[in-house]
Amino acid sequence: MTKMSESAIEIRNLTKKFEDKAALNSLNLKVGKGELFGLLGPNGAGKTTTINILCGIMKPTGGTAKICGYDVQTETQKVKELIGVCPQETAIYPYLSGVENLQLFGNLHCMSKKMLRERIRLLLSTLGLEDDAKRVAAKYSGGMKRRLSLALALIHNPQVVFLDEPTVAMDPQSRHAVWGFIKNQKTNGKTVVLTTHYMEEAEEICDRVGIIDHGKLIAQGIPKELIAKSQVKNLEELFIKLTGRTIREEA
Amino acid sequence: MKLQRITALAKKELKRTIREPSVLFMIFLFPIIFVFAFGASFGGVGGQTVTYNVGVVNMDHSNSVNASQILVTTLVDTKIIDLHFYTSNETAQTDLSQGTVQAVMVIPSDFSEGLSAYQASPNNPSQWTNTTVQLYLDEGSLVATQAIPPIIQQAVASMAGQNQHVQSPFQIQTASLVAAKATPALDFIAPGMFTFASIFLIMMVAQSFTQDRENGMMKRIRISPTTPTEFMASQVVSYTGIALIQAALVFAMTYALGFRPPVGASTYGFAFMIVLVFSLSNIGFGLITATISKSASAATGLSFLFVLPQLFLGTFVGASLSSGAQVAGKFVPSYYVTNALTSLFLRGAAVTSPTVLVDLAVVSVSCVAILAIGIALYARYYKI
Repeated sequence: MTKMSESAIEIRNLTKKFEDKAALNSLNLKVGKGELFGLLGPNGAGKTTTINILCGIMKPTGGTAKICGYDVQTETQKVKELIGVCPQETAIYPYLSGVENLQLFGNLHCMSKKMLRERIRLLLSTLGLEDDAKRVAAKYSGGMKRRLSLALALIHNPQVVFLDEPTVAMDPQSRHAVWGFIKNQKTNGKTVVLTTHYMEEAEEICDRVGIIDHGKLIAQGIPKELIAKSQVKNLEELFIKLTGRTIREEA
Repeated sequence: MKLQRITALAKKELKRTIREPSVLFMIFLFPIIFVFAFGASFGGVGGQTVTYNVGVVNMDHSNSVNASQILVTTLVDTKIIDLHFYTSNETAQTDLSQGTVQAVMVIPSDFSEGLSAYQASPNNPSQWTNTTVQLYLDEGSLVATQAIPPIIQQAVASMAGQNQHVQSPFQIQTASLVAAKATPALDFIAPGMFTFASIFLIMMVAQSFTQDRENGMMKRIRISPTTPTEFMASQVVSYTGIALIQAALVFAMTYALGFRPPVGASTYGFAFMIVLVFSLSNIGFGLITATISKSASAATGLSFLFVLPQLFLGTFVGASLSSGAQVAGKFVPSYYVTNALTSLFLRGAAVTSPTVLVDLAVVSVSCVAILAIGIALYARYYKI
């Protein structure tokens, strides 16, 4: 159940400081329901910090953030029921099989047995993991592990999905399969926030993108419009133009 | 609090224990192998009793009562004492110094005379001929010095047809008045073995938490609607379950080795219960270790900070430690668990006896406190 809110995500003056360094600096952002939004930025720009705050596992220094109208700080439990997160790292239990990993997270979301069984079947077939569903995940290839990690984020059919670099280390086939799956989420009315370093990926699948640097949103809009407005060839050129060529380190 | 979440997480932890070879070894196989090796080393295989080699120098050559022969027969019947006969004390002393025998018993020439006088006037000590059996012990053998004197004391006391507490003309130098019985060495260490197995939960808990932190699973759990209480409850449920399985396996192994104390089912039930309560402290110590460890490999090493004191000061190993170390043992929960189990299994104490209840109270309070500290520390520095 979501509150009557036009925005799936609403961030106002969000600030996060680690000692004297500001990871987020009065960030403002709105993502509409059913939108596929690309959050882009160099390493250490503040993308993961933003997602961590939106998930309710990190407290901001200032500002507010809401998911489907629920405050991430004061209504954390409700927020956690509405969101699904695929973290940057491949986070799966290696000693459990694909099915067991999915069953575990389905149970953490208190899904009924029937619904869980149907959802597992759907996710495994869509992400090409059906044949290896009963093998322990430790024996999966890197791409399979990433796909299983993605499936874990979606097991409870969340309203808002955060995908933190979901296609890292995937071959082109897997990447295209995941792109198709992400687009399908949008078709089903889900809101997807995607962070990626692959600019062609963002250009290909995102409705809108926001470029974040030094904790601030420095550009946002429809990819084609941003490209045209800045008179560059593609999103990657725009990204370099806005964030510079200096190599960044992770925070 | 949702039972579905707790059950799912507890099942996951049990699967980890069974499926990860290193965890399986440390939690289940290592204690079993250790108990077997230790039990077998102490002569416990098949329920055998330990025997002590005792030299006999018989100076009593009386033809009337022949009390020395009665004493020898009594000692042989115990099946604990293996007697070696010497014609001179010098030869016996040489063998004692060489470790061939663990003790030498010198029966005096007036031994039979003493028995005759006693039998003639059992109620009139003024008519007795007092006689003393000399006992020389191998000071290098802790077991011999503690076990042999009471056995001989009991045998000599039986000469008078009475127990050793009653006045008699027979004296033994160096003997104490502790009742001796034929107890296999395994019995002395078995209570500590029950305690021992659970201690390695410290390492497993620390590794599990640090691994899950490293591979991002802890973050993933935190993002789910699982509450901290549900998560910690699942960990306590799974690890206490593992502790019970461990205790059952150790019991099966010690039983196979010959440990069969004459106690009822309620005593065994109590033993399992106190081991279960004890496992809470090990979960707590595991959480403290996970808090101070940056990685799973660091957790393995740092867990020994808690494993070793619990192991050396509080389990069967503690019996051979210095008096200072034994005092230090009173500050670790495992000491009270081993003490309670020893009281129940070896001393024949009832479950409701004050000693056992005091031990249970100390274990319960300290273990719950350690668990609470572990949870609080972990939650403060890493969030759950």
